[in-house]
Amino acid sequence: MSAVDAVVAPLISAEQRKQARSVGFTLVVLGIVAAFVLGNRPGDAGFKLVDSYIFVIPAQPFARILALVLIALGAAQLLKGFGKWTNVVLGIAAATFVISFLAWAASGGSFSFTGMLQDTVTRSVPIILGAIAGIVCERSGIINIAIEGQLLGSAFAGAVVGSLFGPWAGILGAIAMGVALSAILAVFSIRYRVDQVIVGFAINFFALGLTSFLAARVLTEHPDYNILSPLRPIALPLLSDIPVIGVVLFTQTLFVYFAYMAVAIATWSLYHTKWGLRTRAIGEYPKAAGTLGVDVIKLRYRNVLIAGAVAGVGGAWWPIGMVGRFDQNITNGRGFIALAAVIFGRWHPVGALSAALVFGLAEAIQLKMSNLDTGIPSEFLLMAPYLVTLVVVAGFVGRSRGPKAAGQPYDAQ
Amino acid sequence: MQLELRGITKRFPGVTANDNVNLTLKTGEVLCLIGENGAGKSTLMNVLYGMYKPDEGQIVLDGESVVFTSPADAIAAGIGMLHQHFMLVPVFTVAENVVLGVEPTGRLGSLDIDKAREMVREVSDRYNLNLDPDAIIEDLPVGVQQRVEIVKVLLRDAKVVVFDEPTAVLTPKEIIEFFEIVKTLIAAGRGVVFITHKLKEALNVADRIAVLRRGQVVGEVNPKAASESQIAEMMVGRPVQLIVDKKPHAPGEVVLEVKDLSVVDADGRTMVDHVSFNVRAGEVVGIAGVQGNGQTELVDALTGLRNSTRGSVALDRQDITSASPRVRHAKGIAHIPEDRQRQGLVGGLSVAENLVLTRYHDEEFSNGIIMDWPAAHHAAENLIAEYDVRTPSPDVEASTLSGGNQQKVIVARELSRPLRLSIAAQPTRGVDVGSIEYIHSRIIKERDTGTAVLIVSTELDEVMALSDRLLVMYRGKIVADLDPKVTSAMDVGLYMAGSRPSNTVNA
Ligand SMILES: Nc1ncnc2c1ncn2[C@@H]1O[C@H](COP(=O)(O)OP(=O)(O)OP(=O)(O)O)[C@@H](O)[C@H]1O
Ligand SMILES: [Mg+2]
Repeated sequence: MSAVDAVVAPLISAEQRKQARSVGFTLVVLGIVAAFVLGNRPGDAGFKLVDSYIFVIPAQPFARILALVLIALGAAQLLKGFGKWTNVVLGIAAATFVISFLAWAASGGSFSFTGMLQDTVTRSVPIILGAIAGIVCERSGIINIAIEGQLLGSAFAGAVVGSLFGPWAGILGAIAMGVALSAILAVFSIRYRVDQVIVGFAINFFALGLTSFLAARVLTEHPDYNILSPLRPIALPLLSDIPVIGVVLFTQTLFVYFAYMAVAIATWSLYHTKWGLRTRAIGEYPKAAGTLGVDVIKLRYRNVLIAGAVAGVGGAWWPIGMVGRFDQNITNGRGFIALAAVIFGRWHPVGALSAALVFGLAEAIQLKMSNLDTGIPSEFLLMAPYLVTLVVVAGFVGRSRGPKAAGQPYDAQ
Repeated sequence: MQLELRGITKRFPGVTANDNVNLTLKTGEVLCLIGENGAGKSTLMNVLYGMYKPDEGQIVLDGESVVFTSPADAIAAGIGMLHQHFMLVPVFTVAENVVLGVEPTGRLGSLDIDKAREMVREVSDRYNLNLDPDAIIEDLPVGVQQRVEIVKVLLRDAKVVVFDEPTAVLTPKEIIEFFEIVKTLIAAGRGVVFITHKLKEALNVADRIAVLRRGQVVGEVNPKAASESQIAEMMVGRPVQLIVDKKPHAPGEVVLEVKDLSVVDADGRTMVDHVSFNVRAGEVVGIAGVQGNGQTELVDALTGLRNSTRGSVALDRQDITSASPRVRHAKGIAHIPEDRQRQGLVGGLSVAENLVLTRYHDEEFSNGIIMDWPAAHHAAENLIAEYDVRTPSPDVEASTLSGGNQQKVIVARELSRPLRLSIAAQPTRGVDVGSIEYIHSRIIKERDTGTAVLIVSTELDEVMALSDRLLVMYRGKIVADLDPKVTSAMDVGLYMAGSRPSNTVNA
């Protein structure tokens, strides 16, 4: 081994270099925003953590110090780079920036920080479950653009069945609807080999059209078909007594607990079971699995239907976990955000969970902001979650590679 | 187990791949299947393996007629198959690929990956295959991937094992080891069907040789009483020249000049280590070496598919070290890649589209916006005729062609335009003797018109026969520069293994 090898070894690809640079620029830009925007409001901001304790942040000095630190970090990243610590640095910087932003918005008053985090977790539920549905499908080689339609359809079924027969029946009804819509996706894309993106879109339009029609025609005439009392949060013994975390994570509805369980089960199953190995194989190179005696078609059907069931629970969250009723287009694009979470999360359940939480946070902040008087137009605030999506995708995710055979029909012959 | 195929007929749109084929295989014997590209060998074996349903005929096992509707049925009946093209999941580890379908499980259906590793290690040690169970497939050279396929077959312990051209991607040493494995299988009472285009191998291991032509069995040969040229003639239907016929070369000016080139792989290992050489016009330079000694990376760097970390590459005195593949291509560099499935061919496009894939932007085929399909079609039809590509029509998907015919499509496309430098990695991999004769004569013709030719091959006979100068690569370095006319294959083999013949002629 010559001396050259030592120099050559840590070489990184052009893509990584570009990504490192964009992280550096982002840090600097965040620093400038902190200095000139977040630093322009004097006054203290109260972050209410528990009823008896309010954490006070002086908005202006906090923003100014943050600005200096961010610019310094950005410069360091551009000049030298943090290597494998880059993402940690970026994560901490982003979190601190969000806190500074909240302090700016709440300066001169106070708001429930814990409540906001609780909202984050609550609102990420359908995104998490939608993303799991997407991952299970795509890992087995079927592109699932229909998450939105599955969520919407099952929200409707959940509301109607739940109103008539109670919330538990409602959840079952929602699952049945999710599975039924998945069955359409499965039959058309596996059996009839129709382009999977097109089938997915068709299902989305079908679900939107049908539920809107039924909501306008049937539900307005029979309001008793569309009213139920949502599940109440259950405080888990002991765990819910932990300050802050107890409220955020352990005083939630069953939906939240189910979502976390789904992430754990999906991760374990995909990476540590026979089912997972086969599923990933048929999503990458189905022919290889086929020649080893794996029934590719059957496994694909099964997985798409399982995904439908998971999405069904996600759809049930609106009527049964949250608002107690169905409204036209109640999902409002959450299925598409779930799709984005699949990609951010690089087709991994835990990755998708993190992405879903970021989106949930954006939603929760937007809710809080509309209560606080910030002077930002509410339309702009509504845009925020999607803006976050764009920035994250363009800047940091880079090119991530999905399952190779996703979208390709399989020939048993 | 006695296996019998009776009257098997399999038709695809436009072709009858198998036409009333009868074959038998007894326990403890090696049956060699020989035939031109597209003769129907793989199809026949896929029928046996339950991948294709035959249109007519039946499979009889130990006197009982069986029907396989999927590979699962065939596997259950004790049939194993190594496919012509890799059936490996590129992002999985060796262990994951090997146990797929027969996963060892623990509680709750959990995958016992430690057990899987152990299974791989056990088979790999027993047969001396030297595999790391945790390596990711896509990082492995093709020769090693083939060993993974072999382990897959061995692990399943089938009674009848079909090997569809396993040796096409193995080195001479690996081939000898593979034959040892076949012998072990036979000794254990298994039956083996072995498909190859290398007649020497067939004569070497077969108990019986069956020759297929255009879907039909045209005869059986006793390997003890037949010669290579006899079998070749039976396959192709005419006498075949098995020796490369070439005039002495007349090298001209330097076309390709490689100076001090180094390339590292994704893990930062130096794969090409300070390599310098040049290739002159009208000269064939061969690079011999055991797979994995940097040839792949060298070719990638020369064709612009991979960045070099040091050194320079010049074509006709112009620096092209960091030129894009498209620019290199425009300057007259042809590239026949070593892995036709991953590079070189787009399986989902038609044969005609593949044939114009590198020239679609030429004036001949487009005006910059709109393709002139009739012209492209016409050109494609000429190439199909010229290279004898066996395809029902230029419009079928390239992936439906037999392996050797896919290779001919690539060769036809790459050699069909004015060239300065032609880089060919394993140009005749999987190609039948008749077509090898043709491809070799085309390469020599290229040379004679003044093109510089670089051949990279693990096939020692091939590089020795084609080259005017022979370089040997070992561990990323060029360790010998030989004249193939005065060097023995033995000596080249020693260089390839990293040692040095005692009575050195030149080095
Ligand atoms: N899936 C398919 N669809 C359509 N045609 C096919 C398909 N598979 C094979 N063929 C055709 O069947 C014929 C026989 O192909 P096969 O792959 O069996 O040849 P082979 O003898 O294995 O050739 P090689 O030595 O090149 O591998 C060819 O003409 C090929 O084009
Ligand atoms: Mg074949």
